[in-house]
Amino acid sequence: MAEPLDHLQRLESEAIHILREVVAEAERPVMLYSIGKDSAAMAHLAKKAFYPAKPPFPLLHIDTTWKFQAMYAMRDQVAQSGEFELLVYKNKEAEARGINPFDHGAALHTELWKTEGLKQALDLYGFDAAFGGARRDEEKSRAKERIISVRSANHRWDPKSQRPELWRLYNAARGPGETLRAFPLSNWTERDVWRYIQREGIEVAPLYFAAERPVVVRDGGLIMVDDHRMRLGPGETPQRLKVRFRTLGCYPLSGAVESEAETLEQMLAEMDRSQTSERQGRLIDHDAAASMERKKVEGYF
Amino acid sequence: MTDQPKSLLRFLTCGSVDDGKSTLIGRLLYDAGCVYDDHSAALAADSKTVGTRGGELDFALLVDGLSAEREQGITIDVAYRYFETAQRKFIVADAPGHEQYTRNMVTGASTADLAILLIDARKGVLAQTRRHALLVHLLGVRHVVLAVNKMDLVQWDETVFNNVSQSFSEVAQRIGLAAPVAIPLAAPQGDNVVKRSTHAPWYAGPTLLDYLNRVEVETDSALAQPLRLPVQTVLRPHLDFRGFAGMVAAGEVRPGQEVRLAPSGARTRIARLVDTDQDLQVGVAGQSVTVTFTDDVDCARGEVICAASDPCEAADQFDAHLVWMSDAPLLPGRPYGFKLGAQKVSAQVTDIRHKLNVNSMERWAAKTLELNEIGLVSLALDRPIAFAPYEQNKDLGGFILIDRIAQTTVAAGMIRFALRRAHNIHWQALDISREKRAAAMGQRPAVIWLTGLSGAGKSTIANILEKKLFAEGKKTLILDGDNIRHGLNKDLGFSDADRVENIRRVAEVARLMTDAGLIVIVSFISPFRSERDLARRLMAEGEFFEVFIDTPLEAAERRDVKGLYSKARSGQLKHFTGVSSPYEPPEAPDLRIETERLAPDQAADLILDMLANARQAGEA
Repeated sequence: MAEPLDHLQRLESEAIHILREVVAEAERPVMLYSIGKDSAAMAHLAKKAFYPAKPPFPLLHIDTTWKFQAMYAMRDQVAQSGEFELLVYKNKEAEARGINPFDHGAALHTELWKTEGLKQALDLYGFDAAFGGARRDEEKSRAKERIISVRSANHRWDPKSQRPELWRLYNAARGPGETLRAFPLSNWTERDVWRYIQREGIEVAPLYFAAERPVVVRDGGLIMVDDHRMRLGPGETPQRLKVRFRTLGCYPLSGAVESEAETLEQMLAEMDRSQTSERQGRLIDHDAAASMERKKVEGYF
Repeated sequence: MTDQPKSLLRFLTCGSVDDGKSTLIGRLLYDAGCVYDDHSAALAADSKTVGTRGGELDFALLVDGLSAEREQGITIDVAYRYFETAQRKFIVADAPGHEQYTRNMVTGASTADLAILLIDARKGVLAQTRRHALLVHLLGVRHVVLAVNKMDLVQWDETVFNNVSQSFSEVAQRIGLAAPVAIPLAAPQGDNVVKRSTHAPWYAGPTLLDYLNRVEVETDSALAQPLRLPVQTVLRPHLDFRGFAGMVAAGEVRPGQEVRLAPSGARTRIARLVDTDQDLQVGVAGQSVTVTFTDDVDCARGEVICAASDPCEAADQFDAHLVWMSDAPLLPGRPYGFKLGAQKVSAQVTDIRHKLNVNSMERWAAKTLELNEIGLVSLALDRPIAFAPYEQNKDLGGFILIDRIAQTTVAAGMIRFALRRAHNIHWQALDISREKRAAAMGQRPAVIWLTGLSGAGKSTIANILEKKLFAEGKKTLILDGDNIRHGLNKDLGFSDADRVENIRRVAEVARLMTDAGLIVIVSFISPFRSERDLARRLMAEGEFFEVFIDTPLEAAERRDVKGLYSKARSGQLKHFTGVSSPYEPPEAPDLRIETERLAPDQAADLILDMLANARQAGEA
């Protein structure tokens, strides 16, 4: 008799099962692509799930115009690979008003570019199911999230109307106007994602590995000066430190950590020694008024 | 923490907050080194301000992010936590113990390999413990750990521990649960959770984490069974390739293997197990794979690829345990969506054998199931599906019921056995077909279904309509709500369940009459969309016409021809549609008649026009 599966193989099989199930039941699915490590793992799973066919959905990047240069380079590379159709959407209103994290604060910046941008893009293309890379271990309030979650016609998340989820059986039926969010990586931890990236040799943005980068210390975090738009406060002088990022987002809102880990192996070893949650570096979560719960109700992924 | 391959263990924790469940989970996470430094710092701070342990670390706070949410009225079914040791990764399903308990626990138990039942050493085995044990057994969780907590509060007395584990063993035996392992522990101090307690020299067994690390759950009695591979989707990148993708539910799949499809019965052989780099040589239970066949056989989503020597059964009637999960009660006879694996059909509960009292374990007679109730029921599907008893295979024996209108999941079910094999039943073929009967009548049969509030004018319009049809030489019959309730349906009352059965019978009778070639006018309040849809599905295509006799409630009440509204308002009549029982107006009727604007005679003419138009459209 063959060997039973190890835990990464079981997580991989579960994610592929979820991808196939949603594709079978939805009319027009899409995969959200944030260019981070979770997106990289999800896109890889999508290739595996439908091989030798091309994944039967496009990737959608909700662009805020404030991502790291290296992320845009990575995105262009994925687009040119021809393995996926890649859509990029920018909220026109946020673009016209020049919404940015410096003048408008992290909360408004995120709401307009990401939350509103996502809703607009879903409506524009008529997508009825969207895959996201969220994991339950990221944050306490996500621990109870469903793998498949129903959103009302105006994309709101009604915590009272979520469906019980048993076995590997997902109810993907939708009423008029309702759409789905599906999270194939729900049961993965940060460490699982990295181990999978390592095992499968998946390419990720170089920002995850330590290199000398120009940073300033702000609110106890290290913020990278990624382009000329970065505004320096009084007394802030960029210095070159060897840093890496655990999560990637808009560069003015993403905190780096000092690190010597230049490879995936070194990084996993470093994770074993120091244990902080990856969300520590994410400034939007510290914004007192913006709890994850509230953002979700409004339609943040 | 090494990065060697690890196995995965999913477990469920059962017990209320008072038993120290959150503290136990928090302690496991903390002692296994799986709490991030920033979360630990927050824990230390929170323990001082809101902790219940006088400033010492309150481990419950690590997992208790739920109280605020409860205040906001957010339903929490199950919260999932993750931790790992050198050997294993663990997924913990934590079902909070409040009034929704059955639904939550059943959800958490559905994916668990093992359950930890938490008991307060001072209280011993309670009704709650029996309930947990029963649900764990019902959901087929194979391993049970009895965690006898708060041993410090009984001075680590060996007799207390022995008494508790003894009385639980008796409960387990009665239920049919496999022999549980009992561990004495004190969660806040971590005694026997991860570190061996120095207070219980009399206990020689493993600590909780030791046990979790070592227990053999190889999920996978499923591995040793014959192949079952439910097809989720068919991949057709180009004309020369057809791949069948799905997760292996049991056994192994290999190239060259002879297989048989269920329920279709086709036979073929596995050609390849396709993967991105190179083909696989084997796929095992729990693995997502894509296979191709050596022959060009039909195989769609929902088919199950089986070992040819031992294929799946197919059936359309089952006995099953049902856990009701919706605020609206089960209505026997109502059609619900039914999903098992990738198979979706329509199902009705035809009989409730009994419902189970989870506290006393008694069986009670029941006409319906309410939220959180569990029953043994008979189900009839509209076509056969491939299945296995739940006991044998959860993927092929576990199903959900879906409300056809709200699309919500209303129940979870576990198949016990098929009531009859689908391949043994055949419709009796009739020599005189319905077409011949209709031709002999010189008319096309039809059902004109008048729905609307009591007093809307349904009977009046039905009478005029029938006279006009009769005058044209048509053969007709009226089925009237009041009349049928005096005869065929005199055993039925006005509860929601009886209303569903009332309509089901009338729809069946109407169908028989269309088989005989008649034009049937049905005049029934028929308040629920689901049953009107059921009636529509029973009839032949193009022979069912739903006519909404639309009268505002105020108008019907003002007319009150039979004096029923005033009785209902004064409470003399219960379950009266529009007053104390809902009416669901049709969303897309074939015809809507506003009685405030049209006389009954005009209404009847409109219906005749509708029929004539439909005939023309049908002939065109």
